[in-house]
Amino acid sequence: MASQIFSAVLVIVIGVGGCVAYFWGANKLLDLVFPAHGVSGGAAVDNLRRQGLIRPWLFIGPAMLILIVYLIYPVIDTLWLSFHDRGGQNFIGLANYEWAFGDREFRNSILNNVLWLAVVPAACTFLGLIIAVLTDRIWWGTIAKSLIFLPLAISFVGASVIWKFIYEYKGEGQTQIGILNAIVTGLGGDPHVWISIPFWNNFFLMVILIWIQTGFAMVILSSALRGIPEETIEAAVIDGANPFQIFWKIMVPQIWGTIAVVWTTITILVLKVFDIVLTMTNGQWNSQVLANLMFDWMFRGGGDFGRGATIAIIIMIAVIPIMVWNIRQANKETGGH
Amino acid sequence: MAGSSGKSVVGRFGVHLAVLFFVALWTVPTLGILVSSLRDKDQIIASGWWTALTSSTRTEAGRLGTAADQVEKDGRFQIAGNLFEEGESRKITAFGTRSQEPTRYKAGEVADLGDGETLQVNEDGSYVYASPKAFEGERGRRVYYSASSPPKFTTQNYRTVLFSEGIGRSFLNSLTVTIPATVIPILIAAFAAYALAWMRFPGRALLIAVIIGLLVVPLQMSLIPLLKLYNGVGTFFGVPSKTYLGIWLAHTGFGLPFAIYLLRSYIAGLPREIMESARIDGASDFEIFVKIVLPLSFPVLASFAIFQFLWVWNDLLVAMVFLGTEADQIVLTAKLNALLGSRGGDWEILTTSAFVTIIVPLIVFFSLQRYFVRGLLAGSVKGG
Repeated sequence: MASQIFSAVLVIVIGVGGCVAYFWGANKLLDLVFPAHGVSGGAAVDNLRRQGLIRPWLFIGPAMLILIVYLIYPVIDTLWLSFHDRGGQNFIGLANYEWAFGDREFRNSILNNVLWLAVVPAACTFLGLIIAVLTDRIWWGTIAKSLIFLPLAISFVGASVIWKFIYEYKGEGQTQIGILNAIVTGLGGDPHVWISIPFWNNFFLMVILIWIQTGFAMVILSSALRGIPEETIEAAVIDGANPFQIFWKIMVPQIWGTIAVVWTTITILVLKVFDIVLTMTNGQWNSQVLANLMFDWMFRGGGDFGRGATIAIIIMIAVIPIMVWNIRQANKETGGH
Repeated sequence: MAGSSGKSVVGRFGVHLAVLFFVALWTVPTLGILVSSLRDKDQIIASGWWTALTSSTRTEAGRLGTAADQVEKDGRFQIAGNLFEEGESRKITAFGTRSQEPTRYKAGEVADLGDGETLQVNEDGSYVYASPKAFEGERGRRVYYSASSPPKFTTQNYRTVLFSEGIGRSFLNSLTVTIPATVIPILIAAFAAYALAWMRFPGRALLIAVIIGLLVVPLQMSLIPLLKLYNGVGTFFGVPSKTYLGIWLAHTGFGLPFAIYLLRSYIAGLPREIMESARIDGASDFEIFVKIVLPLSFPVLASFAIFQFLWVWNDLLVAMVFLGTEADQIVLTAKLNALLGSRGGDWEILTTSAFVTIIVPLIVFFSLQRYFVRGLLAGSVKGG
């Protein structure tokens, strides 16, 4: 154990230290090569100018290098790979795309993704909004919000274990230790293996993401609700509006922009959902989604990079328009403050 | 908030009740694994965790003593003993001699087994088995009993997962991945953000546009080319392709666009006068950055740090692609995923491991919630 901790600390120190050493050392070197002090006036001005030309690139260099290697090159390569066969050697045109749209599993994934897209962002935003409005009215609202916000810190894998325990199934007649089956049998129903019921199992998986993300929606919407000018609501009260009218006709329209940001943010997350499906069902019982299917093809049978890349491209094509709109909208929202 | 003044008592009570309902719905799942992780592993499968504070009852089978243990007393042959081992706190509520009727007799009752044979089993597990004839045979008689055990809480599960299931090692691995994968992007992004915000050089506007453009690239796009690249580098230099350095850089790459985007907008908003007066005093860009910009940017650095820390700690996808599955590299999320496969029904292992994996994010989250919330709206563009 001690040696493990030692080696862990050592690699951490090397990793972080190397990074610090670069920035410090590179700047020191620049000052040494083009000294601005201790030389004649003209030379010092020249050297300062040279430093000014080089230093920005010292600052930004590592970031550029990493962005090129880890994002720009991969995007181009993935696009290139999607037109090639499994090993990436032979050009096969659009064959991978043809395969994808003819593949039963792929179509099932698309269908499930659409289902997730239709349910999860709507449910999170709706629940988040309701909870935000309700908790704003009570003295222990902050504590309530903290507790509902808490699952956001939990990993998808951790959340999957938590919910798998809730969905746990024991044969009929045995004591149900999963709370869902315990409730169902307590009400006189039969226990089920919830996550293996085709089609409906999607919803049992979605519940996990909704459980995690509602807190996010709630916090963002709650701060937007606080930004609503009191006068508009007071005026509505004086005019005799009831709480529901105030909510739908006064509050919701004023935070429409924020609702849209929350909605699209969760939409993007849903398009990339992977961990929950992998850990709960690994795509069995017709619960496959695109991100998990892609991961599957990366390693299935030694890995089919062509098909994996094709699925990645399809995910990107779905994500980009929503993402662009989302960033524009978010900028507009924060720009207004 | 508006409306509350005009509301009836019933309405306000309803709000409390509704919030309570939501809070329960959101906390009960986590509570379930916390309680289960502290329960005895036999009790976890015997009863639901919500009954953890009450006694759980289980029907079991045991054997009485053999003919060798018998003593003759008042013309009857007796075998006496105890079904429980010493020090057990369980209590027998009922017993029986046939598997069809395992709880036919109450504890303490003298059961008539026919042919003059009697059996009495007491609450504490002690029994007396008597017969007018001498007992024969090498095996003791089978009996069934229903035993209730009082609530029992233990930290044994934690000891088991931490030291023999490899969760302890994975915990260290997760820290080894997460700390540099949080610090390195902050350093690199902070320098880049300062350069993009306050230094003048050709191509600056284009670079900013490219970085914002990269925000939209989903992680999935990078996986296959990087996997290929890592394998290629590994074979070419004869080094392992799955290393900590590799995953630090990968996380750095995936976190950078967001980090630069977030830090640049904050650093660009710092007051110009401070920078200029420092420059007039002869400070270089490096000094301005280290002595003025970094301290002033603390809130945004903290927001990003928390964001990145939680993201890396909770990540499964990147870890599964870029790290090995051996004990010296597997991180908590991947380990938990592996345990779900190999220890599927062992809930004492799973719930405890899950709790160990979520405890660090929960602590970070609760102690630094303020910064986290602040970074959230800006952070929303990163997603998963």
